[in-house]
Amino acid sequence: MEQTLETYTTMHQNEITQWFKACAVADIPENGGACVKYQDKQIAIFNYTRKKKWYACQNLCPHKMEMVLSRGMLGDAEGVAKVACPLHKKTFSLEDGTNLNGDLPAITTYPLKIEAGFVYLGFSE
Amino acid sequence: MQTILVVGNGMVGYKFCEKMVALAEGNTFKIKVFGEEPRPAYDRVHLSAYFEDQDAKSLELAPASWYQENNVELITGQYVNDIDRTGKTITTKAGDTYAYDYLVLATGSVPFVPPIRGVEKAGVFVYRTIEDLEGMMAYAAQIKKTKSNGKAAILGGGLLGLEAGKAVLDMGLEPHVVEFAPKLMPRQLDARSSKVLQLTLEDLGIHIHLSKATNQILGNGAITGMEFGEDDQLDVDMLIISAGIRPRDELGKIAGLETGTRGGIVVNNKMQTSDPSIYAIGEVALYNQMIYGLVAPGYDMAQVAAQQIAGDAAIIMVEDIDMSTKLKLIGVDVASFGEPYMPPEKGLSIIFENKTKHLYKRINVSHDGKTLLGGILVGDAEDYNILHQMYLNGMALPDNAEELIVGARREGGSAFGSAMDLPDTAQICSCESVSKGAICTALLEEKCDSFKDVVSCTKATTGCGGCKPMVTDLVNETLKSMGKTVKEVICEHFEYTRQELYGIIKVKGIKTYDEALDHFGKGDGCEVCKPVLASIFATIYNDTANKEAVIQDSNDRFLANIQRNGSYSVVPRIPGGEITPEKLIVLGEVAKKYDLYTKITGGQRIDLFGAELNDLPAIWQELIAAGFESGHAYGKALRTVKSCVGSTWCRYGMDESVSFAIELEERYKGLRSPHKLKGGVSGCIRECAEARGKDFGVIAVEGGWNLYVCGNGGATPKHALLLAEQIDNETVIKYLDRFLMYYIRTAAPLMRTAAWLDKLEGGIAQLKRIVVEDSLGLAADLEEQMQGLVDRYECEWKQAVENEDIKKRFQHFVNTDDRDDNMVFVPMREQKMPEVWAQ
Repeated sequence: MEQTLETYTTMHQNEITQWFKACAVADIPENGGACVKYQDKQIAIFNYTRKKKWYACQNLCPHKMEMVLSRGMLGDAEGVAKVACPLHKKTFSLEDGTNLNGDLPAITTYPLKIEAGFVYLGFSE
Repeated sequence: MQTILVVGNGMVGYKFCEKMVALAEGNTFKIKVFGEEPRPAYDRVHLSAYFEDQDAKSLELAPASWYQENNVELITGQYVNDIDRTGKTITTKAGDTYAYDYLVLATGSVPFVPPIRGVEKAGVFVYRTIEDLEGMMAYAAQIKKTKSNGKAAILGGGLLGLEAGKAVLDMGLEPHVVEFAPKLMPRQLDARSSKVLQLTLEDLGIHIHLSKATNQILGNGAITGMEFGEDDQLDVDMLIISAGIRPRDELGKIAGLETGTRGGIVVNNKMQTSDPSIYAIGEVALYNQMIYGLVAPGYDMAQVAAQQIAGDAAIIMVEDIDMSTKLKLIGVDVASFGEPYMPPEKGLSIIFENKTKHLYKRINVSHDGKTLLGGILVGDAEDYNILHQMYLNGMALPDNAEELIVGARREGGSAFGSAMDLPDTAQICSCESVSKGAICTALLEEKCDSFKDVVSCTKATTGCGGCKPMVTDLVNETLKSMGKTVKEVICEHFEYTRQELYGIIKVKGIKTYDEALDHFGKGDGCEVCKPVLASIFATIYNDTANKEAVIQDSNDRFLANIQRNGSYSVVPRIPGGEITPEKLIVLGEVAKKYDLYTKITGGQRIDLFGAELNDLPAIWQELIAAGFESGHAYGKALRTVKSCVGSTWCRYGMDESVSFAIELEERYKGLRSPHKLKGGVSGCIRECAEARGKDFGVIAVEGGWNLYVCGNGGATPKHALLLAEQIDNETVIKYLDRFLMYYIRTAAPLMRTAAWLDKLEGGIAQLKRIVVEDSLGLAADLEEQMQGLVDRYECEWKQAVENEDIKKRFQHFVNTDDRDDNMVFVPMREQKMPEVWAQ
């Protein structure tokens, strides 16, 4: 399980070597999320329509190591976009991945862009 | 680096070390502490507990390792017998010499042994140390070997003497408390409260002898009795002397420090003795011509001395030391604060006495009735903390000051106001000097968010523990004010209660979540308010969870219960628990086909576990084709109406419980509510359906049904209460419509019916008036709304499998048909289960 966690490292804009065409914009519900597969990774993508923003992070909740974050509810905590894990309502910032209601390790976040009706994720591998 | 030597490792000596460690930065000070006893400092206040468990460790204030970890050198079993003030050194009995920069004398006191003839006899003890206790216990054991009715006297009816009385009781001897004064606890109690306390103690088997001056101790070698006057004696086998204390000031005298005529080393308000590099604290210190035999002032002195040595000259000892005290004596509350007796020129007293209940309460107020000057409580000291604070802070008294000790408050009214009314400077924990401000700030600045956190961060309650109720109140009230425990408002996005939101949405006709946020919320919502709004929409418009899937709780969004590994469970509705063999076979076949773990639930249906998200629509397609519907096991909604087999088969049955359970479950299925709802119907009073453990329960009796409401199992089990008796089916439904709808409209989020009834002003009587007598004139409206919901019911799984767009929701990956390979099952008893979570 620890190994699973290690496969996820936060990507920064300047490290991107390729943009992965993940899915169509319509595949992700408004103000909700869904999961895509990239190589052996599961990435949660959120269309935060209300904030007019998109976010991507690991699908794995670091609390009990289950692939469920994409099914979580979106929200904001004093303006910071967050997702609540459906298993135990652990909440994570979608801006920087930090756990907002506990001291779990931060989740990784990924750069994302929308072009011509498609969602692209930035990776270096 | 400077060296601080502390002589004495009692409670106050230890407290000094603790404070000094906290104040000293880096390696500025080296602390060495000398203890004469063989063990580290222990809690002398609770010494009598040692008789119960003989566990010396549990009395320790800190384990020996604490001293090591904090770089404090603890030297036990060493008696310091000289000070060289010019050379700044001390010498121990063993002849070792230690140099100091600062010397702190915390040698405490010894029990005062009055000069009575015969006190040297065997069987005469003092009550001070664990060794004293061990000596007494060994002696008592000897007595018990030779006689079954051994007696022990305690000389002194003060605080400590009564504690010793309890110790004697625990040792299995008959205790006799002998006091010179005409009352018990003469420093704290007046004559009447002493009398009340005496009655209580005598009931417990402690004999009290007042106004007795002991002339001599009788016996040849060992004590056999005490002689008070001519022809007045008491036969006892043992004597414990507890007649006050004398400061251990020998070191001060040897070193030529200024001492008082009746003992004690004189200190100023910095706790300095006549030699500025020598401090004295605790019971050895004579401050304002007084020795203070309580632990709280001793702790204050330790704090002052530590601050002074650390260089904070501004911290000094207060002029008036509060001698208020509260304790539990052998299970009897006794408290006294401020001025316990009242000279008529200073004020007046309000006294309440009830000897039948062993209660005495007295408060002393100023002539104008505006200020509390002191008081005494015996038998019930629950209000001590707040009274003590009112006294300390000079808070205004209510118009009818007598309400503080009698009457109104008991009926739920409050003469006190709340702990929150105290000023921030009010000292809540006097042992640890923690103010109300410190407790509240710790919470408000989010350094802490629970009682436990507050204790570890401020140390409040860790001394005598008497302030615990008040700290609890402050923590709860502060958290409440921050919206943390009692969430009266929904969350940071909606500053309304659920009931208020319900009203606004209904009146304004708001139909979507974003509309609600825009009109009377703020921000972008969260996982708390979204499901609340979804539930309200469901009640007002009968929306199923499919309408706005993203505001539903995850379970409602996927119409299934998410399980440990991210798989789901499937629970079709089986109304009343009645199922045909054909349908049972379908369940078995579906479970086999999709490799599901099956189990019978507590609500008389069958749960199919381990379904992958992708398979949910296909599973439900098959179930619906066989005539099943959603069981709403995933929702805050009606779950099941459980039934016993009833009069159709049972030879005891009074009515058809299965038929009625099915009728009720069919009526209320799909009903969304603040929390889950469960029902039950039993065919007779044997109650096999456990209907009284449900939110609503119906039990067949002679002449109709009895209707019970607001029960539940779970973490706080509650039996449902009788709402109406001997009513027919139609009336049950009418009342249930009203009850359920009223609950759904007015309860807070995630509040079950039992908790809701607890909060309902007037309780079950009021609920009866509303539901049965229609006192609010709401009945028709409630019934109409319920009927509307019943008429518009739709199975949300049917909606889902018939709609391609909704079906798309049930995909683990949106960019491939691959399954989640992270999900692992392992075999168990011929079925499967999720792999166990790593620790």
